[in-house]
Amino acid sequence: MAVGKEIRTKIKSIKNTQKITRAMEMVAASKMRKAQDRMAASRPYADKMRAVISHLAHAHPEYKHPYLKPREEVKRVGFIVISSDRGLCGGLNTNMLRALLGEMRQLHKEKVEIDLCTIGKKAHAFFKRLGGNLVGQVDHLGDAPQLSDLIGTVKIMLDAYSEGRIDRLCVVYNEFVNTMTQKAHIDQLIPIEAGELDAQLKHHWDYLYEPEAKAVLDGLMMRYIESLVYQGVVENIACEQAARMVAMKSASDNAGDLIGELQLVYNKARQAAITQEISEIVGGAAAV
Amino acid sequence: MAFTMHVDIVSAEEAIFSGKARMVFAPAVMGEVGILPRHAPLLTQLRPGEVRVQTEDGTEDFFYVSGGMLEVQPYTVTVLADTAVRAKDIDEAAAIEAKQRAEQALKDRKSDIDYARAQAELIEASARLQAIQHLRKKTGR
Repeated sequence: MAVGKEIRTKIKSIKNTQKITRAMEMVAASKMRKAQDRMAASRPYADKMRAVISHLAHAHPEYKHPYLKPREEVKRVGFIVISSDRGLCGGLNTNMLRALLGEMRQLHKEKVEIDLCTIGKKAHAFFKRLGGNLVGQVDHLGDAPQLSDLIGTVKIMLDAYSEGRIDRLCVVYNEFVNTMTQKAHIDQLIPIEAGELDAQLKHHWDYLYEPEAKAVLDGLMMRYIESLVYQGVVENIACEQAARMVAMKSASDNAGDLIGELQLVYNKARQAAITQEISEIVGGAAAV
Repeated sequence: MAFTMHVDIVSAEEAIFSGKARMVFAPAVMGEVGILPRHAPLLTQLRPGEVRVQTEDGTEDFFYVSGGMLEVQPYTVTVLADTAVRAKDIDEAAAIEAKQRAEQALKDRKSDIDYARAQAELIEASARLQAIQHLRKKTGR
């Protein structure tokens, strides 16, 4: 029967799309679980690191690391922007970039210049299209990023800070609140803001440093900043998968609804054709 | 009963060990150190090697670290292990590489951000999303 061939092909193509979106949803769901595990696994390091840094901020060392001292005048700010490599994840990157752009605009008004380092293809493409002083870039980190992939990008910014080219360093990423909610965050990395004081450590004391304070603190600070950026990256991946899962779920649902509607139209058309045929036959028989 | 202290060995990618110990040996850059409970606060770098933890029941656990940091407080010892092999020139090379990638990709770059255009693009993208949500609400989904 030739009735509604167009509708049939349309239904078929939507069904195919739905298969794809459903598969993507399931892939994203399983990847999200893994990303969450990874996020949890990287947390102890960051916590311990933070504890050591806050001990350090309240110790009374003879050598005060430059990262711990805020600078009086801020002329240039560095941003490490963490985005996803791939799209189809709802408004995740857009929201993050919008938050960043608001901040950048504010700084622009205050005549503060901006350096950018991007992690992930989406942020890179955005700033490539729209300009901005990009000083470092890394992408294709995959689902299981390694700290060693980030060392270069972070080092550019740390060097810039040490040499006085930038006076503040921030990281921009999405925070994983839960599966439905991701929140864009802009966190200051350096100068490091000292955490709350550990009550039992209030008396005067300092670490013994081996070999010497400067070398040890340099190594420690570098690792601290890297671990924060790494955490941002891992968290952003969990966000990406969660956002993709939600986006693909709604896409599959929409496809289902569309198919339902088309099916209804198709059935009606078929019914009408049959009725017409019967009435034609009956009419024909009556005429004979 | 001998004194014990809390030992944590963590790397950026996972937590490796956490528990009580009688003594910890670690490969510090100046030579191997053995830490007993109530040691003075110490902060040192580690070179690649073996961290040995003597647990409460006297058994020894071995962990390989490829470098990192060691923090000692009187009753806690924290080993912040590296996951990457690092040296000054390797780090330097990675930094240069990241910079080159940025430069290569930005050959036709504009130095100033076109704020108006950026804003417009983002607004459009979020408006699109909002419209979708609105539509969905309207159709009662």
